[in-house]
Amino acid sequence: MNEREAILARIREALTLTAGKPGAHGGGPGHHEPAVSPGPGSARQWLPVVGDSFEERIALFRANSAELKTDFYLLNTREELAKLLVELRDIEGWQRIGSHSGSLTQPACETLALPVCRTDGSYDVHELEKCDAGLTECDALIAQTGSVLVTSRSAGGRALSVLPPHHVVLARREQLLPDLPAAFELVKTKYSPNYPSFASLITGPSRTGDIERILVLGAHGPKKLTILCL
Amino acid sequence: MKSFVREFITQSRHVTQELRHRQLIQTALGKYEVKRDEKKAAFQNWPAARQAAAETKWEAINHLDQHLTDFARRLEARGTVVHWASTAETARDIILGIVRDSKARSIIKSKAMTAEEIHLNDALEHAGFEVVESDLGEYIVQLRKEAPYHIVFPAMHLTRGEISELFARELGSAPTESPEELTMIARRALRQKYITADVGITGANFAIAETGMISITENEGNARLTAALPKVMITLLGIEKILPRLEDLALFLPMLATAGAGQALTCYNSLYGGPRQPGESDGPEQYHVVLLDNRRTQLLADPEQRDALHCIRCGACLNVCPIYRNIGGHTYATTYSGPIGSVITPHLRGLQDWKHLSYASSLCGACTETCPVKIDLHHHLLQNRRNSARQKPSRTEKLTFKLAAVVMNRPRLYAIVKKMARLFQPLHKLVKGSRLDPAYAWTQTRDLPTVPDQSFKDWWRTRA
Ligand code: SF4
Repeated sequence: MNEREAILARIREALTLTAGKPGAHGGGPGHHEPAVSPGPGSARQWLPVVGDSFEERIALFRANSAELKTDFYLLNTREELAKLLVELRDIEGWQRIGSHSGSLTQPACETLALPVCRTDGSYDVHELEKCDAGLTECDALIAQTGSVLVTSRSAGGRALSVLPPHHVVLARREQLLPDLPAAFELVKTKYSPNYPSFASLITGPSRTGDIERILVLGAHGPKKLTILCL
Repeated sequence: MKSFVREFITQSRHVTQELRHRQLIQTALGKYEVKRDEKKAAFQNWPAARQAAAETKWEAINHLDQHLTDFARRLEARGTVVHWASTAETARDIILGIVRDSKARSIIKSKAMTAEEIHLNDALEHAGFEVVESDLGEYIVQLRKEAPYHIVFPAMHLTRGEISELFARELGSAPTESPEELTMIARRALRQKYITADVGITGANFAIAETGMISITENEGNARLTAALPKVMITLLGIEKILPRLEDLALFLPMLATAGAGQALTCYNSLYGGPRQPGESDGPEQYHVVLLDNRRTQLLADPEQRDALHCIRCGACLNVCPIYRNIGGHTYATTYSGPIGSVITPHLRGLQDWKHLSYASSLCGACTETCPVKIDLHHHLLQNRRNSARQKPSRTEKLTFKLAAVVMNRPRLYAIVKKMARLFQPLHKLVKGSRLDPAYAWTQTRDLPTVPDQSFKDWWRTRA
């Protein structure tokens, strides 16, 4: 018997004895059975509340961003977007940026008029490491948690959104989703069965509390996360 | 065998008296509690969410064979090599083999308790490879050649001053009191390691059967870099990490973040489902997933304690445990500390050697109450005690209870013993707290109740 078969056999053997449903013990005050057994979308009723209208959701996303120390801007025109990008470039003194092709990133790169390390195909990691910012698109924004959903297909691979010290996300209003169940549903409907090899929910800039539980931004990933939503 | 207990007692005594340690832990966990309560309150129904999470894991474990086969098949379909390891040794050999085949020189690692469990770093270093821990807390304890202090906060027991000294000694950096600067020193030191490492090793928080993906939760971005840059990626995970559906994450990710660190959601929750796919611009050329049993199936075979396999390693039970908070993480001398460690270590490493951990509990139940997947932790501690006594009864204890039964069943004899106790009590003072005292273990730090001059019965009889 190989290892795989041996482990599976031990599991099957062990499972011939059944265990009672969980939570039968006290579980402390406030204990009670859920009204609905877990199933598709059922988490929604227990997770933090999200409003129904676009305004409420954007307000929630904005509030979450503020708490997470994400810089979030809702912009009305492409001109506004271009202006903000140029401002960022000048304030932070960007010399070069990393990006990938996309209907929002393309014009943004042109506006910035800087050398670009493109991660559409194979690229040199050392080049990407020297970039001052990584400009990506995304799959969705999630109001409930202030997260950005990226995949290797939507955001130029695995490293572009984590290696440069500043991650700038370009998104569209239609991409705002209410909550986490909606985000995972989107991953499935958009990609199944041909999933990208990487997907990530990015919730704020990289952080650590490993030294005396004191929050420090920019542990290994980006020190800054900016979301520009058109 | 006895030495585990003795070491445990000596260490406990030492650490509980260390004021600096107490202060550090109390401040750190105090901050955690405030945040955790705030985030818990944001849930529409936290108790129901716990029950749902518990039932989801229960379902997953009940069909573990099916879920594991699905998980492996889907990963393999997209070019991942899935390995199965019954023991820690097999897992180490598999990983060593992969590393050797890839002609690697340096290895970057993100946090993985499973790797601690199988002592992977030792094995790799022994074979001549350089392994660098990339999680800041893990990096710090690695530089100190220590085990992680806590499953979620590995360096919680250190002050910034100590970390600054460590960095100055090991990395030659200038001393600083600023946590921010210290973090940046580590960031700079590790940057080049990511880029030059040939192999990246990660753990996993969840394994999604439905889509064949692993999910990694982290705040720093080190796991993401570990999974993005080296050309070979290895993920080591226990077979119990299974979740049936992708959407289960919508519940588990926020619960893990809330219970574990008082966050609404951890900074990065990433899914990996294979090596670099056609059309993708980066990612490893090879992806290996190593599924580890290492006596988990033995725990599975015990229906009474099987729910310990539901654990999502959030660390919440450690944080609320009065024992953990007093004796600290290292005193346990196990990979998994705190209540969950006390419950599962006897299964993973032998009941008789590790039963003392189940006795080191006030049975207050704070762990059970806080556990996001409702593991019946404090009852499992009791069951461990029962099982160990059943397996290896204590002679003195048996004799004591037999004698007590004889006395209790005979009122006359009981009366005599009572009188004798009253008589001998003044004599006890002479030996109390010394080694001659038969009740030494108790009386060295506590008092025995005094036997009153008159018993209730006597008083009742003589009352006017
Ligand atoms: S036993 Fe429960 S509380 Fe403890 S680490 Fe595991 S999931 Fe968290």
